Amino acid sequence: MAQRTRSQQADRIRNLLETEGEAIHSHASASNARRYETYGATDDLEALRTDARSIKEDAIGRLPDLIDTVREAVEANGGTVYVADDAADANAYVSEVVRTGTEENGIAGDGETPSVVKSKSMTTEEIDLNDALETEGIDVTETDLGEWVLQVADDTPSHIVGPAMHISRPEIAELFNERFEPDEPFETAEELTRFARDHLGEHIREADVGITGANFVVADSGTITLITNEGNARKCAVTPDTHVAIAGVEKLIPTLSDLEPFVDIIAKSATGQPISQYVTMLSPPTDSPTLDFDRPDDPITGDGDGAADVPSGADGTGDPDRDFHLVLLDNGRMDMREDDQLRETLYCIRCGACSNSCANFQSVGGHGFGGETYSGGIATGWEAGVHGQESAAEFNDLCTGCSRCVDACPVKIDIPWINTVVRDRVNRSGESESYDFLVDGLTPDLEEGGLDPGKRFFGNIGTVAKVASATAPVSNWLADAGPVRAALEHTLGIDRRRDLPSFQRESLVDWFEGRGGEATSKKRAAEPRAQRGGVEASSKRVERAGSRADADGDGAALDREIVLYPDVYTNYVDVDRGKAAVRTLEALGVPVRVPDLPESGRAALSQGMIATADRQASELYAALAEDLDAGRDVVVIEPSDLAAVHREYERLLPEGSVERLRANSYEICEYVYGLLENGADPETLSTGDGAEPVAYHSHCQQRTLDLEAPTVAVLERCGYAPETSSAECCGMAGSFGYKREYYELSMDVGERLASEVEGAETVVASGTSCGDQLETLLEREVPHPIELLAPGGYRA
Amino acid sequence: MTVDTVGRFERALEGLDVGLERVPAAEATDRIETIVQEPAVGAPLPFEGVALPGSVTTAPTNRELEAAETGVTPVGFAIAEYGTVAVESTADGAEPISLYPERHVAVVAESDVVPDISAGFDRLADGFADGRDSVVFATGRSATADMGDLVHGVHGPGDVHVIVLEDR
Ligand code: SF4
Repeated sequence: MAQRTRSQQADRIRNLLETEGEAIHSHASASNARRYETYGATDDLEALRTDARSIKEDAIGRLPDLIDTVREAVEANGGTVYVADDAADANAYVSEVVRTGTEENGIAGDGETPSVVKSKSMTTEEIDLNDALETEGIDVTETDLGEWVLQVADDTPSHIVGPAMHISRPEIAELFNERFEPDEPFETAEELTRFARDHLGEHIREADVGITGANFVVADSGTITLITNEGNARKCAVTPDTHVAIAGVEKLIPTLSDLEPFVDIIAKSATGQPISQYVTMLSPPTDSPTLDFDRPDDPITGDGDGAADVPSGADGTGDPDRDFHLVLLDNGRMDMREDDQLRETLYCIRCGACSNSCANFQSVGGHGFGGETYSGGIATGWEAGVHGQESAAEFNDLCTGCSRCVDACPVKIDIPWINTVVRDRVNRSGESESYDFLVDGLTPDLEEGGLDPGKRFFGNIGTVAKVASATAPVSNWLADAGPVRAALEHTLGIDRRRDLPSFQRESLVDWFEGRGGEATSKKRAAEPRAQRGGVEASSKRVERAGSRADADGDGAALDREIVLYPDVYTNYVDVDRGKAAVRTLEALGVPVRVPDLPESGRAALSQGMIATADRQASELYAALAEDLDAGRDVVVIEPSDLAAVHREYERLLPEGSVERLRANSYEICEYVYGLLENGADPETLSTGDGAEPVAYHSHCQQRTLDLEAPTVAVLERCGYAPETSSAECCGMAGSFGYKREYYELSMDVGERLASEVEGAETVVASGTSCGDQLETLLEREVPHPIELLAPGGYRA
Repeated sequence: MTVDTVGRFERALEGLDVGLERVPAAEATDRIETIVQEPAVGAPLPFEGVALPGSVTTAPTNRELEAAETGVTPVGFAIAEYGTVAVESTADGAEPISLYPERHVAVVAESDVVPDISAGFDRLADGFADGRDSVVFATGRSATADMGDLVHGVHGPGDVHVIVLEDR
């Protein structure tokens, strides 16, 4: 597939924002909000998620066995199993089933063409079954209302669970009025639904074959599980005498008891309902009688003498008129299973929670994410696996790696990592571009191939920042100049409407050295201060700080030593928040070091430059090893850098190293919280009057790491009344917001956040990107919480 | 089952806009009679001393099923936690009878109301072991938001009543 140019992509996104954005946002964000509520009300949520994941891990691990098991079970029930290698194979098999079925039984309805009713199934979308059947002269009707709307509109699904989420009610009414020309034009959802019910009901009653997907397939009993709210899947499965269920092989789970956690969690994650209306577990062919509405006077039970004498419960063979086929689709899945990075995708239960929690998805919907069938963050894995890398490449960039979907996913899939991996693979498969020279010198040897210059630039932002800082303010002035902005836009794709970071001449590391380094910090940390409560109190604290930590914790943290990590932004751009962190820690009695340390690899990961990130991770670990040995704590200000250490390093470093780093690294406010809990005195900081309102936007990765709460707690202990934001993301994540093709999208996401916090007098944000975005939108300063808390205060 | 479990079931159903009535078996036929809207079809009730009202057609024809306003069926068990009833696929047509008409009246023995989904899965496993391996967990009323707003009663019933037989 030809890649779109930047401006084509920008146009497309602008168009989606205008046409589908509103409908998508209202549905996706409502489902997301309900999910939070239901997850919050579920006591054993974590256990459920862990359970669900381990069942999937196990099932995918022994998939070939499960295929044998299900074949035996279904055949013992009287049905047939067919494993289809690819789309063409599956489609040919289904066409054949429909053809022989109608040849044997005649055509059920009035028409002369065989007819099929379908219940929503992404798997049949994946193989384009409808087109294939129609080519064979078979009528296909979608019976899920959303899918049917798409069929009428000749559109494609934009969401795994709510396929027509992007079409608003008035649009549906207009479409239906045009197509069906009712006597009274349709207007309300009620009218539209009634019409659909009657229209589709007739199709179902007359259909020759019912086709459904399957949410899960229990291997040892041959049970198909269909989960719906409308009831159409049940009707499609049990009304016609032939039922074909089509499912990816990954839907197999071993036993009935393995089904329980999934039944319990799938609706919670999908729509925030405790359970879906219909969880249908069929081990077909079932005992339920087939219905033949063409023979209205026949009893449904088939024999004339009533059903009262038929014992309820199964006789094990099912209704003899029933015919059942289970089509298990491979289509790349068995290869995904062998792929260490894509394998996790197969754990996905297609609930769509990741899409709902994604700020970009909430703005543009699934059509913006590209791919042929699947949409949203996890679509990258699915598309790369079933349709090939190019299908996943195009809009893979819409994943900013914010990680909010990781908390939403019921099977704990690291969706951003899958996106990073595919991005890396796409990078490597690209062709070399002509303006490589611009970023030569930035290109690490490890990243071969024609890496996009914008990616290379942002992936090496540390080097860029170092040079820019050394040449500031000239570099800043230059960066603002028109011709330079045009060149940046043309070559690197940096949108010229975006404020660029302003690099400071004096880095945090230099400032810290300049004021006397560690020795000075030690002195300051031990210094008695008037505001700490008098000489006596102070000297006691100094004493305590000098002794080793006592086990019960009182004052224990006060003899810690800290390495403050100078991330690229804190070191070169937002130096003030670094200074504020140093002053705060010292005021709480802890001396600090600010060594010059390597980049974390976060920036490289955002661009899919895994080899570079891998090298940087090793370098950072090596640089910190001695401090870790000496028992020093590593304190990080930028949440995305901390997230790299806590989340992604397990993919990059040996297990032992990750554990040590993880156990000893903290986010700044989390650390301050620990100090206060251990007896440090908040009075030495800039405290509020007890109820001073502050709007606080945490940061996406900070929230995924559960670090919003400690910051809120610190603000509260220091006399503020923080209100947290509920928007998922600021829309700037990493370099995303700078890119020309995503500028409008970034602003759309940002505006949702800005409108939440704009009324507050003080707004603070933990992330650099979040702060930048909010400053632009609110046109005022948005400091880091630590700047508010530092002695002397932010407004001072 | 304890009164508490049925109480919990009732509260869950309330949240789903599904009515629950607790009646002794001897009064069940009369109660069902007042709830059904005719024409009504039903699957025979396997509870001792409980018969379907005369107005309910059992072993309906396809035409009768299609025309029915109400379907009355027994359910194997119910799950209090979510307000779920477990409808089994039986040869007497409980499944289509519970699905096609606009109103579904589900009859369950009090002793078959289990507290939570995990107890429900235990019951399910027992049934599977006995060959009852096709079951629908139906919770509340059929619903869709695909036409822009939430609407009840799409392909399944838009109105559900549950009768709990106190002494069974
Ligand atoms: S990746 Fe997780 S959250 Fe997304 S659809 Fe799959 S299971 Fe649901």
